Amino acid sequence: MSTESKHIVSYKTFIIVWALLLFLTAVTVWVAQINLGFLNVVAALAVATTKACIVILFFMHLKYENKLFKISVFMTFLVLALFIGFTFFDVAYR
Amino acid sequence: MSNIHKDYLGSKFGMWLFLFTEILLFGGLFILYSIYLHKYPTEFHLAGKELNVYFGGGNTVALVTSSLFMAMSISAIQKDDKKLAITFLSITLALAFVFLTNKYFEWGAKFHHGIYPDSPALLERPKGEIIFFGLYFVMTGLHGIHVIIGAIIIIYTLFMLKYEKVNKDDFVLLENAGLYWHLVDLIWIYLFPLFYLIL
Amino acid sequence: MDKNSEVIPFLNDNKYPGIFGWIFSTDHKKIGLLYMYSTLILFIIGVIIGLLIRIELIAPGKTIVDPQTYNAFFTVHGVIMIFLFVIPSIPAAFGNLFLPIQIGAEDVAFPKLNLFSWWLYIIGLILILFSLFTGKGAPDTGWTFYVPFSEFTTTNVSVAVIGVFILGFSSILTGLNFITTVHRLRMPEMKWMKMPLFVWALYATAWIQVLATPILGITVLLIFVERMFGIGLFDPAKGGDPILYQHLFWIYSHPAVYIMVVPAMGVITEIIPVFARKHIFGYKAIAFSSLAIAFAGSLVWAHHMYTSGMSDTAVIIFSFLTFIVAIPTAIKVFNWVATLYKGSIIVEPPLLFALSFIFLFSIGGLTGLILGAAGTDIHVHDTYFVVGHFHYTIFGGTGFGFFGAMHYWFPKIYGRMYNKRIATIAWALLFIGFNILYFPMLVIGMMGMPRRYYDYLPQYHTGHIISTVGSWILAVGLIIMFYNLFKSIKHGEKVGKNPWEAATLEWTTPSPPPTLNFVSEPKLTRGPYDYKGVEEDEQYS
Repeated sequence: MSTESKHIVSYKTFIIVWALLLFLTAVTVWVAQINLGFLNVVAALAVATTKACIVILFFMHLKYENKLFKISVFMTFLVLALFIGFTFFDVAYR
Repeated sequence: MSNIHKDYLGSKFGMWLFLFTEILLFGGLFILYSIYLHKYPTEFHLAGKELNVYFGGGNTVALVTSSLFMAMSISAIQKDDKKLAITFLSITLALAFVFLTNKYFEWGAKFHHGIYPDSPALLERPKGEIIFFGLYFVMTGLHGIHVIIGAIIIIYTLFMLKYEKVNKDDFVLLENAGLYWHLVDLIWIYLFPLFYLIL
Repeated sequence: MDKNSEVIPFLNDNKYPGIFGWIFSTDHKKIGLLYMYSTLILFIIGVIIGLLIRIELIAPGKTIVDPQTYNAFFTVHGVIMIFLFVIPSIPAAFGNLFLPIQIGAEDVAFPKLNLFSWWLYIIGLILILFSLFTGKGAPDTGWTFYVPFSEFTTTNVSVAVIGVFILGFSSILTGLNFITTVHRLRMPEMKWMKMPLFVWALYATAWIQVLATPILGITVLLIFVERMFGIGLFDPAKGGDPILYQHLFWIYSHPAVYIMVVPAMGVITEIIPVFARKHIFGYKAIAFSSLAIAFAGSLVWAHHMYTSGMSDTAVIIFSFLTFIVAIPTAIKVFNWVATLYKGSIIVEPPLLFALSFIFLFSIGGLTGLILGAAGTDIHVHDTYFVVGHFHYTIFGGTGFGFFGAMHYWFPKIYGRMYNKRIATIAWALLFIGFNILYFPMLVIGMMGMPRRYYDYLPQYHTGHIISTVGSWILAVGLIIMFYNLFKSIKHGEKVGKNPWEAATLEWTTPSPPPTLNFVSEPKLTRGPYDYKGVEEDEQYS
């Protein structure tokens, strides 16, 4: 059991990631000012999901972990998405 | 047979599993949010405009930056720079308090305007807005509790760093504290647009 | 717990004196036994309340208690049986006892969290008991805590739901521990396809525990918040939707049925090949069907809500999905029967429990299809048919699986054998009493007797009388079974390490096992169901 990944991420990478996250925050605030109707929600969630992926991959080191971690993170979000989606079988057709 | 004594990957995986439970704990609230947004789009839009985007945006910046320092403190301890790791982690802690102070004033302002759960002023409003503010208080409240727990974990980790229980060769506690803290950030990444920007 | 002060290796290896050697021990076997004793005590309390319910229902009108007490009875019976007995029973008791040994590990991945999980169980237990005797009376909402009633009833629901929240946390920690243990602590030769199927079942269960339990956590937390602050998320007067509560509740509580029953299926899968002296039929199919049940079972929750007023589209879709879960379940039943086919069957008490599991669980499963089909469900919804179905799956399934596990692993835990003749008599009484108790429920349910009612019309009287008499037979069977096992802890005949001549790793270590599970490093010389020559294998005898 010695598959330990002691990958050191450089400060520079983190700062770039941080700048990207701030930029995306600005983008999402900016997009919210334009009236796109329903697309506003889509845009806001798309940006949020992009940010979430960046945080998970870099800050939370998932990029450097093994397959087990990646699959289970994916499964978790899939299960949550299915829970939300399946509830809409009810509320969307009432 | 002695592989249980310090299983680095194992404890990190255990932490991730715990984070999954946190994600689904909030997940239940996100289910409610998505359904009520579907049911009351205009009311959510109007009520969302009443939240101060500067408070929300400020807190987003605070949390993202705190995440940055948390991540860098792990790199620092990996490079065996204890002092820098402590400095970075202290900045993270300070930003956690910035977030909480900000939240305190934000909630305070809402209470001041008579908007709190079950308040007479709130009950006079349309039903969708009652639900919006209900979700707002529950979700940001639960998130706030997580920020407080995260801050306590960071304080504990700081002591462990100071007494070198967390060091270059054994920093899984710091890494797990980091994972928890990033999760708090992750949840906020969704809460921010859903409450402050919703149109 | 002083009944275990025998000269027994792991039972005797105490770091602290007396009871502290137990409640502060991080040994997975001791924690498993703590769970077994505590869940069994709660089971007995639940049984007593159940018997009282049956006595009350033996005749229409008031028999022994008033309606409010009756409401508290069925609520407390449900809460205790579900949250305090069935959910922790097999995974936390037998999972803790044998999962690490079966994969050749010294302990679980996080021993301290494991102990903490038991402590949380006790704290949750205390809060629930506290809720019964304080405030304005014991909760009377039913174990489902449905809104809006649970938000407005004056009984002590707030404390009870916090208790349930903490119990959920305890269950999560067990699941988290097992997943990490299975991934990280298997002995190197123990590949995935060489694991005993009990481990597979626990692994699948653990994923449901980790991913579904938090939803219960937030649901009961929301009841608490609603009661405290009146936010109105489920209150139509404030724009909320009470049906959403049911969604959230069942998103957890339906998969919870699989938390209860999949480990029991794992136990049955261990018992049947041992007593048929034959390799399990369809190893991979059983292993993957556990995962398939866990996954598909998480997506069928709304079949509890056909009459709640949700959309017809949802009724059709969830009805369809429900039938899908029947497939992996049927695969298991088929494989068990196929394993028995042409086996050299030795009839021993564990096998009797396993066979009655198949019989009772099949009735439970087939009546489940009647409830899962939207059309027929409308007719029997919220009747005794549901009560009968539920007890056939959970008591006939998990309960008999638990008893089977007790009889199968008893010699391993205590190093002694119980009286097999008395065990067989107890089993017969249990099996007969069980069917007399619950089968009439299916019938009067079909006739229209609603569940949870305090009073009923004369046409249901016969059914209720038969059912109540059945409950007495069942109770006698339980008393004999527990007496037999309890007595044998000290006075049973001593047995060697492998009385059943089984082939999984826990039978290679002395009975009872030493603290670190194995005397010498275990070797994986045979598959978990490979019985050829096991009686001459040095490691196994």
